[in-house]
Amino acid sequence: MSALRPYFALMRRDFKLALRRRAELLMPLAFAVLVILLFSIALGGSATRLAPVAAPVIWVTVLLAGFLSLESMFRPDVEDGTLDQWLAGPVSIIGLMVSKALAHWLLFGLGLTAATPVLAMLLKLPVELLPMLLLALAIGSFGATQIGLIAAALTARLRRSGILLAIIVLPLYLPLLIFGSGAVDAVRLGDSPRAALLLLAAQTLLLTTLAAPAAAAGLRIGSDNPP
Amino acid sequence: MSPLSPTTPAPVLLCSHELVCERDSEPLFAPLHFALGRGDLVVLEGVNGSGKTTLLRALLGLNPLRATRLEFLGRDVLGERHPLRAGTLMLGHLLGLKGDLTVRENLEFALALADEPAAADPDALFAELGLAGYEHTPARALSAGQRKRAALARLAASLRPLWLLDEPFANLDAPGIALVERLLARHRARGGGAIVSSHGLSTIAGASAVIRLEHPH
Repeated sequence: MSALRPYFALMRRDFKLALRRRAELLMPLAFAVLVILLFSIALGGSATRLAPVAAPVIWVTVLLAGFLSLESMFRPDVEDGTLDQWLAGPVSIIGLMVSKALAHWLLFGLGLTAATPVLAMLLKLPVELLPMLLLALAIGSFGATQIGLIAAALTARLRRSGILLAIIVLPLYLPLLIFGSGAVDAVRLGDSPRAALLLLAAQTLLLTTLAAPAAAAGLRIGSDNPP
Repeated sequence: MSPLSPTTPAPVLLCSHELVCERDSEPLFAPLHFALGRGDLVVLEGVNGSGKTTLLRALLGLNPLRATRLEFLGRDVLGERHPLRAGTLMLGHLLGLKGDLTVRENLEFALALADEPAAADPDALFAELGLAGYEHTPARALSAGQRKRAALARLAASLRPLWLLDEPFANLDAPGIALVERLLARHRARGGGAIVSSHGLSTIAGASAVIRLEHPH
């Protein structure tokens, strides 16, 4: 029996659950498309006006859309008692958190990144910026998932956590946003995006090392108050 | 060697001295001393709110617990975060079933996520549970009693030496109750032990001891 079996099982389970709840999976995508549409209408739709703001607007939209998926990250497992069984069981919670984050990023982070070309088209993003935007979003959304993992774990046992989750998560997104859209801006202005991209990757790495233990500790808080 | 026996077979699975659980720094019940041997079934009795669920959760490390001694499988586990970790299976009020997964998937994932081997013969297992023909039904489409039976599949497939069951008879019909008793009897015959909570109205056949949770004052 492979030592990684529980962790792969959790990823498979989360994929299966997501595919059986396709509406929940597609909601952040629909949200992102609608927000971008509103922006393109509000900004008037001319390419010269849209080009400088397209990348930052897409970044903010993708982060907000990803945020929408956080509340359901642990809530169902808390409510049906699965989480208590994990906490009482022999399998490493930190390891389960790594699986949870990976599955969530593959479903939502990478999913939203894959939808970005559509968003870019709607906002008339210059085509030469698209590769950098995709690369920055792929890296940045992984970091954003780690932030979300910690915050979702901390608020998992609270009944109405939506606003609290936003207050915790959104300020922490800021550094990712600055360097993520900074990398795209550098390309637009003819500079090298290297520094911004490396700083983005460094943050993501740091967050990845911190997130799983922090989330595991967060889930233990309040285990004496079952739902 | 049976999968239940540890490297040095201890006759006593779990023993405690002066065990107390607290709520808002008030003790919930008078200090408990008990020893649970292999093949023993201890019934936990007490009125609503007497702390039965809290005690079971405390043994799992989900609620705080105080004791002067707590040994599991011959090892001192007092002060460990999850004292009974690898050796225990809990079935509580929350069944841990995913409504969107089928009965069979629920069992597979529950076993895999607890790092227990997959059920050797799932078809026979579901037949025994009275769920034959429902293996591919999503758990959300089942009745309350059927959901309970689907959760009992965890017990039927488990090799853990200690079972902590919180009101296992709730929602079950007479054949369901007989089923739980049969699972318990088989578990005990293999050298496993169990603590079963009950509100005291139904008697549990063949209990080796009864712990009554009394209010401390």
